[in-house]
Amino acid sequence: MYKFAFTNSEELLKLCKKHKAPISEIVIRYEMEYSKHKRPEVLSKMKKTRDVMEEAIGKAIKKPEKSAFGMAGGDAPKLFAALKSKNKMLSSPLVNRAMAYAAATGETNSAMGRIAAFPTAGGSGVVPGVILAAQHDWKISEEKAIRALFTASAIGIIIAEGATLSAAAAGCQAEVGAAVAMAAAAVTELRGGTPEEALNASALGLKSYLGLACDPLGGLVAVPCIKRNMLGASASCAASDASVLGIKSFIPFDEVVMAMKNIGKIMSTKLRETALGGLAVTKSGIMIRKKLGLPPLKPNEID
Amino acid sequence: MPSTASKSGPHYSVFDIAGPIMVGPSSSHTAGACKIGQMARALFHGTPEKVTFYLHGSFATVYKGHATDRALVGGILKFRTSDPRIKTSFDYAKKENINYEFKIANLGQKYHPNTVKIILEKWDRQPMEIIGSSIGGGMIKIVKIDQFEVDLKGVAGQFKTLIVWHDNNQKNLDLLKKELHRLGMRIHDIQTTKVDKHALSIINMDGRRLKLREVLDLEDLEGIAEVRSLTSLEK
Repeated sequence: MYKFAFTNSEELLKLCKKHKAPISEIVIRYEMEYSKHKRPEVLSKMKKTRDVMEEAIGKAIKKPEKSAFGMAGGDAPKLFAALKSKNKMLSSPLVNRAMAYAAATGETNSAMGRIAAFPTAGGSGVVPGVILAAQHDWKISEEKAIRALFTASAIGIIIAEGATLSAAAAGCQAEVGAAVAMAAAAVTELRGGTPEEALNASALGLKSYLGLACDPLGGLVAVPCIKRNMLGASASCAASDASVLGIKSFIPFDEVVMAMKNIGKIMSTKLRETALGGLAVTKSGIMIRKKLGLPPLKPNEID
Repeated sequence: MPSTASKSGPHYSVFDIAGPIMVGPSSSHTAGACKIGQMARALFHGTPEKVTFYLHGSFATVYKGHATDRALVGGILKFRTSDPRIKTSFDYAKKENINYEFKIANLGQKYHPNTVKIILEKWDRQPMEIIGSSIGGGMIKIVKIDQFEVDLKGVAGQFKTLIVWHDNNQKNLDLLKKELHRLGMRIHDIQTTKVDKHALSIINMDGRRLKLREVLDLEDLEGIAEVRSLTSLEK
């Protein structure tokens, strides 16, 4: 018998209640049970993941690189500079920092740098963006930040069980959308929210990303992926704010996940990581196709 | 409703979601492709001389931008997903005299959009055919090995996995199980696929890492054709 197994948020909440524990603690025990590793091993593996996140962010901020075909790169330092300037930003400094970190991760990934796919490489900026920015601004311990990454993983597990984390199967909603749900829950627990509030934040976050197409230019993880991560970080923070203010998603998280699966099934393959629809077939997209040497699109390939 | 996961165990490790640590840009098209390559190499005996990749679905349309081709070859060279040599894997393949070729193919509706068929060839044996799918976030599945339909999930770290080609005789398989017990392994589950008089079993076990010698000795058992160990695969 597995005592800490769950496949949806209802089961996860039951475990939280039964053990009077936050989501992060249940997930740490879930992994100990699954991998048969002891707590320190499980924690240190996540610490390694966190360290890679930090390294990837640092790389793009300190040594900005233009990605292939000059489509992306160099934007993270602009966001970072705003933190020191006197210009008034609309978002809080934490959100500003989260956006900077998220963009930085995406830029490093695009340049074939080392990152932690969380839950995927395409959506890898949102969670480190939000969690490492919170760690910095709230001056919390590294240990707490690591725990938050377990909370985020719980949401990823639920989405993988109920739907998918593959944009080729369900579009960007399954990558950046999933990442937004993950970050929203994690930052909600980090700020002292209850498991219910954390899952509600995920529901609010993911709902806003349902139906999002995966339509990258030339099929490269660059445009629009990096900036979607950047804005996704901001959306996660907003979803968490709304949740702790008591704004409840009318649709529970598990049902939102089912909706995501349903939309994925209906979604044309042209919008699922094939570079045959949406932004990928705009004038700019076709220019990139040419530069990449991809075969020109036939008229029947574009609707 | 009681959780199905509480009985049979969860389907995902936390680190399927949190990771892999990898070189970009795509977990499914770069990291996943690398893992399918690693798995193909592990299933094949020795270094292949020629490898042909049939790219299907989204693998076929956007492989270049994601370096799917370089990642697949990197996997064949046993590079990990975080290995920066993936960027220049073609050069390393040339050094090891591995010829590679990429073809666009439609493998059929039943396959996941990120799928590749790999044919590995070497002069002294039958070519091997492997079909693998990258199912998201760097997770992969091997769905076909030669004529056998299988469902082999590419998560390293949970179990030690043995792949056994045998004559589909329960007695002989029992002898193999007995031998594994003797070596101190605990069998978690066995999936067997049969085609005519041949069968392929995937054995997931807990326990120590078997030595290469011990794995090769298993092939001397009655009715056992080949045994491959996947323990050396890690994320």
